[in-house]
Amino acid sequence: MENTKDSQGLVWEVFVQKKPGQPYVHCGNVHAHDAEMALQNARDVYTRRNEGNALWVLPSSEIVASSPEDLGSFFEPANDKIYRHPTFYQLPESISHM
Amino acid sequence: MDATALAANFENKLAKNENIEPKDWMPDNYRKHLIRQISQHAHSEVVGMLPEGNWITRAPSLRRKMVLLAKVQDEGGHGLYLYSAAETLGISREELLHQLLSGKAKYSSIFNYPTLSWADMGAIGWLVDGAAIMNQVMLQRTSYGPYARAMVRICKEESFHQRQGYEIMSVLAAGSPEQKAMAQDALNRFWWPTLMMFGPSDANSANSENAIKWKIKRESNDQLRQRFVNQTIPQAELIGLTIPDAQLKWNEAKQGYDFGEPDWEEFNQVIHGNGPCNKERLGARLKAHDDGKWVREAAAAYASKRKLVAA
Ligand SMILES: [Fe+2]
Ligand SMILES: [Fe+2]
Repeated sequence: MENTKDSQGLVWEVFVQKKPGQPYVHCGNVHAHDAEMALQNARDVYTRRNEGNALWVLPSSEIVASSPEDLGSFFEPANDKIYRHPTFYQLPESISHM
Repeated sequence: MDATALAANFENKLAKNENIEPKDWMPDNYRKHLIRQISQHAHSEVVGMLPEGNWITRAPSLRRKMVLLAKVQDEGGHGLYLYSAAETLGISREELLHQLLSGKAKYSSIFNYPTLSWADMGAIGWLVDGAAIMNQVMLQRTSYGPYARAMVRICKEESFHQRQGYEIMSVLAAGSPEQKAMAQDALNRFWWPTLMMFGPSDANSANSENAIKWKIKRESNDQLRQRFVNQTIPQAELIGLTIPDAQLKWNEAKQGYDFGEPDWEEFNQVIHGNGPCNKERLGARLKAHDDGKWVREAAAAYASKRKLVAA
């Protein structure tokens, strides 16, 4: 048996755009040794059924994520600003669309 | 948060049917259980390509060949989605592959049976993919987020796998007497190993209890097996094939079929390495890995050379 633990390459995160104009959505990851190979692997793995016509790939190590413990404090500033929502405002009844 | 608060938080999420995500705290045994289950599932997809890959060059028409090729390619993709999900639990791809190639890891016992005739491609799609789908539909609601999301994707792709298999079987069953006999023979050989895919009866399944408690599994092995039998019998009858089970009988009270017990001794032999094709399957995987070595080396060398040029 040869060495069964040789390198499978870096991990790259894959984002796919379903149709032009729509946002890129994360769909998974692939292993690859460079960006070009990552793109080709992403195409083979994640777009076999017309899931999209545009892809982004980037090394997973470049992603910076919030952590679950942040759930409270980090996102807290959004909680008490109901005036950011249109429902906060009262309009005269005669105005139905605004 | 201290240890008790973290554990309470975890239990709370499970109770509310919220997914557990990679960065969330989880009990060590939950993590271990998932790594084992997801990697076995991944290995099964990858090894599962071998018995079918065996027939690609001998498919009876171009249509059948294209379909089989697409199906086998899908199974490779399923292996990748699942390895990715396992990697989020902190184990590397290299280690996962090493566990498979060194013979340490298990994969579904069904893939250690030989594919002797073209009708076996029909039996595999219809029965083996059918049984896998039953399990995978349940796993779409499994408690670990990355596993659940992989399952949603896989289930979407599986839907044609079973249909193409049933189509092969129904065409053969409606063909010449020899073709019909070939279809019946494939059903005879694959029926019992397929029922074994759901695993031992819950009373004898070591891992079932935790899996249910942690909502990794939502239904028991026996429940899934019963549903599979209920669904499959009418499909066999419709194309005039006979399920090889003398005890098979409709049970009005339970609105389902009573059926015989698979040979669990055979099952144990196969998962412990003594099935008809265990050595051949692992040998083929090892050869593929070794044959691909120069490609991985070349890709790594090319990538580092380009980095040097750019720097
Ligand atoms: Fe699959
Ligand atoms: Fe499949």
